[in-house]
Amino acid sequence: MSPARAVVRATLGGAFARERGRLLLCILAIALGVALGFAVALINQTAVAEFEASVQILSGTADLEIRGPRGGFDERIFPVLARDPDVALASPVVEVDARLAGRNQAIRIIGVDAFRAAAVTPALIGSADDPLDLLRPDTIFLSPAAATTLDLAPGDRLAVQSGLAVRSLTIAGYARAGTGERHALMDIAATQDAFARVGLLTRIDLRLRPGVKPEAFSQRIAATLPAGVSVGTPQANASITTRMSRAYRVNLNVLALVALFTGGLLVFSTQALSVARRRAQFALLRTLGLARARLERLLLAEGAVIGTAGACIGLAGGYALARVALATFGADLGAGFFRGVAPEIVLDPLAALTFALLGVAVAMLGSLLPARAAARTQPATALKSAGDDRALAPLRSPWSGLTMLAAGALVAFLPPIMALPLPGYAAIALLLFGTLLLLPRIAALLLRRASATGIVSTDLAFAQLRANPGQLAMSLATIVASVSLMVAMAIMVGSFRQSLDAWLTRILPADVYVRAGAAGDSAFLSPGDQQRLAGLPGVTRIDFLRNQGVVLTPGTARVALLARDLPGDDPARALPLVGDARPTQAGDPPAVWVSEAIVDLFGSVPGSIMELPLAGVPQRFVVAGVWRDYARQQGALVIDRATYARLTGDRNATDAAVWLSPGTGIAAFRATLEAGLPDAAQLTLATPGEIRRLSIAVFDRTFAATYALEAAAVIIGLVGLSSSFGALVLARRREFGMLRHIGMTRRQIGTMLATEGLTVTGIGLAVGLVLGWAMSLILIHVVNRQSFHWGMDLSMPWQPLAALAATVLLLATATAVASARSAMSSDVVRAVKDDW
Amino acid sequence: MIRLREIRKNFPGPRTRQVLADVSLDVAAGECVAILGESGVGKSTLLNLIAGLDQPDAGVVEVAGVDLATLDDDALTRLRRTRIGFVFQAFHVLPYLTVAQNVALPLALLGQRDQVAQARVAQMLVGVGLADRAASQPGELSGGELQRVAIARALVHAPELVLADEPTGNLDPVTAAGVIDLLYEQMRDNGAAGVIVTHSRSTAARADRVLELTATGLHPAPRSGPP
Repeated sequence: MSPARAVVRATLGGAFARERGRLLLCILAIALGVALGFAVALINQTAVAEFEASVQILSGTADLEIRGPRGGFDERIFPVLARDPDVALASPVVEVDARLAGRNQAIRIIGVDAFRAAAVTPALIGSADDPLDLLRPDTIFLSPAAATTLDLAPGDRLAVQSGLAVRSLTIAGYARAGTGERHALMDIAATQDAFARVGLLTRIDLRLRPGVKPEAFSQRIAATLPAGVSVGTPQANASITTRMSRAYRVNLNVLALVALFTGGLLVFSTQALSVARRRAQFALLRTLGLARARLERLLLAEGAVIGTAGACIGLAGGYALARVALATFGADLGAGFFRGVAPEIVLDPLAALTFALLGVAVAMLGSLLPARAAARTQPATALKSAGDDRALAPLRSPWSGLTMLAAGALVAFLPPIMALPLPGYAAIALLLFGTLLLLPRIAALLLRRASATGIVSTDLAFAQLRANPGQLAMSLATIVASVSLMVAMAIMVGSFRQSLDAWLTRILPADVYVRAGAAGDSAFLSPGDQQRLAGLPGVTRIDFLRNQGVVLTPGTARVALLARDLPGDDPARALPLVGDARPTQAGDPPAVWVSEAIVDLFGSVPGSIMELPLAGVPQRFVVAGVWRDYARQQGALVIDRATYARLTGDRNATDAAVWLSPGTGIAAFRATLEAGLPDAAQLTLATPGEIRRLSIAVFDRTFAATYALEAAAVIIGLVGLSSSFGALVLARRREFGMLRHIGMTRRQIGTMLATEGLTVTGIGLAVGLVLGWAMSLILIHVVNRQSFHWGMDLSMPWQPLAALAATVLLLATATAVASARSAMSSDVVRAVKDDW
Repeated sequence: MIRLREIRKNFPGPRTRQVLADVSLDVAAGECVAILGESGVGKSTLLNLIAGLDQPDAGVVEVAGVDLATLDDDALTRLRRTRIGFVFQAFHVLPYLTVAQNVALPLALLGQRDQVAQARVAQMLVGVGLADRAASQPGELSGGELQRVAIARALVHAPELVLADEPTGNLDPVTAAGVIDLLYEQMRDNGAAGVIVTHSRSTAARADRVLELTATGLHPAPRSGPP
């Protein structure tokens, strides 16, 4: 080995050996970011891939699907399509999400015509010993996943709810093709009969004759279909479901990237300090002939080593995390998009490579500025002076930071791109980077206000901080980034939770709520049931609701149609309106109240006319107002139930809100109900309090993953602060040695460092809180609105924020004191001779 | 002012190293003693023992009539703060304070921040020839100027004893001569005793007494010889 090479090796290798602890923290921070990102990607991909694979298997050789409202469409369209000269085969389907009797679970039952399905969608045929089982009215076939989940086998009985009645079906076998989806198969006529869907279909699978182009056929046939019924490929229909979850998935990915980004900041602060400490060594190497570019490359290679180590650990950790998260929260991490999908995790090499490269790239980016600074320093200058904060030299001009802040504020107003709030994320990133670039100036500005206290240790601490805004900014970067992101999330989640709670209070005015079935769409209250309920003793008022799903525009997800009993004098009174209701005008068609999602997705504003497909006929409604709905992300419409019944003939209901007479308790009502309704056992009763508790629990579960990611970001931030503070304290040992010589006690030096730690953290918290608040406005009004179409009111969660601030302050100060103790425990006296 | 008796000091390790063996020394008030010696012989260790920054394995260290072994860490710190001034080879001027603030540091540690203290700082700066650099940052000063700041800081609180460890080690010969003249002059003006550890015979030559530290202890050394 040449002497030059040996010196290079000793300098760089020595750094790794000397700063093992700090480098390990950097590696772990990168590993955490990679692990979280990879885990989220694996879970998402596994869920979507499993879902799409199921769709592919279940749709068989169908070229197109005719789909309509969840409640079904008139089956008389089937013979028309079957006889169409371009159609080779048509297979009718009735799908019902049947509630499992007595359980809060539903199973998707697919009713098919076995003879037609055999040719188009063979996966939808049961595998039966007796072929007649395929046609019997009381037999059912389970997919292997459903059989496993329900712990049932052929010969067992499965009880499902229809209306308020319970139907017992015999399991005759398994579905022929196994997918990871939980579903069951029945004869179509049996399904229609069992679930009150006589004369209705929910889907028709079509195989076209050879040579017929699906696009041309779709275009021709679309015009002949009843309102609310559309034609599309199975893949296009599946993509509607996957699109529904996309915003949620993207949000989780962004949060994971945030953890990776804070890891990158940690690498930056560690490398910047490490480079500053090795300036003289680098100068020596440069003097000995090491080229500038080579030095830069070597320091970047240090970043690459950190990144590679972090990526390797992160990938293994991510895989393990994905397995645990899938087992604990399910395929959608608690968000509820892929119910029924029970996936087995599959290692995706492309995602692994992407996140590994991201980890390496982030670590190298973190090393870039310090590496450049080291390479550009003149050896003569570096040999003479101790370390400084040259890595931050490019940040001396305020203009780049100010430009980024201004750009962030402007970008926040841009519309979504591909239905994703990408400008919102860009705005947050710009605000964050802009603030980080301005940190030295912000810190200097804040410290200028700190006046002399007359206490030597405190005044020295302030003087030290004032004189080194660059180093201060390096210490602050990770804590500002993590605190601001956590504050932004805390404010957003707090506002959301508060708005949800207020919304629940508003929409649950009754004493008790009765639901025909806790899950699925097979349960309903018939007009007779409704009459019996209304006539029960102790009931002073009862409002019924019919929940249906309709497709407003082909290619979009179903929206909920809620036909409600509304107060005649002021229907809007029953709804949590956003803004004012539009007064009814003479000659207006019936009124519809749209949720905020409908406004965002379909552009329906008060006063505009909407055509709602009811019973296959387009019906005109005037938008009378916009209401807030946190229950349905794809949008919901409220119309008067009497109008709905008049236009559709459907007089069933799915829910009832019941007001009880004074003195009638819930228990008494339950007893009356069980005595008055023969099938009352199938009904679900809940008080507003129970619904609120359940809803808040679901909300918290949905945000469980985000809480975990937030915590990860803050841990990295604290580690970053601890790392940079520890490094700074170590670099100042000679100063402490001198101060001990001239009569400063250990306690005074400890107080000085604690003051510095407290001040740095205080500034970090102050900047982080303000920045986090600004970012929360973008999260609330841009990202959340564009992702989920939910409006919410800003609500500052002061208590959790104060707790966060106190915890961070305490931990950071403890870190500073621990660093001081560690520095003072070694022979600090001799440090005055370190430069010999 | 200083009384050392039969001081012994070892540094433990895989191979224990004895640096001081039966070293005795008396320094009178206002007397200035220079100590010469080869590298590693224990000159700095001797200063640390006098300053109470290290403890001997055996022997007695008395400063201003106080046996340092009887003092705890806080009392030793107070002793340094009130009675001792230090000058280091590497100056150790805090880069984040101005020249005047650096000089005022020992006074601040004694709780003296009034106008009298400011006047004393100004007086010291005049004394070391840096009256016009009071508001300068240390980064703007040369090595010689930085050592002048250090001398002013060492004497600003009128200590009875100044300990200087290679005060001219980082300076060129011409600057070193000027600085050492200033150090002796200031110590005399302030009536302080001094112990100056140095490799330089020319630096040592200005002291009242010159001693050489060897493995066998302190011995009187000739004033002249190679620089």
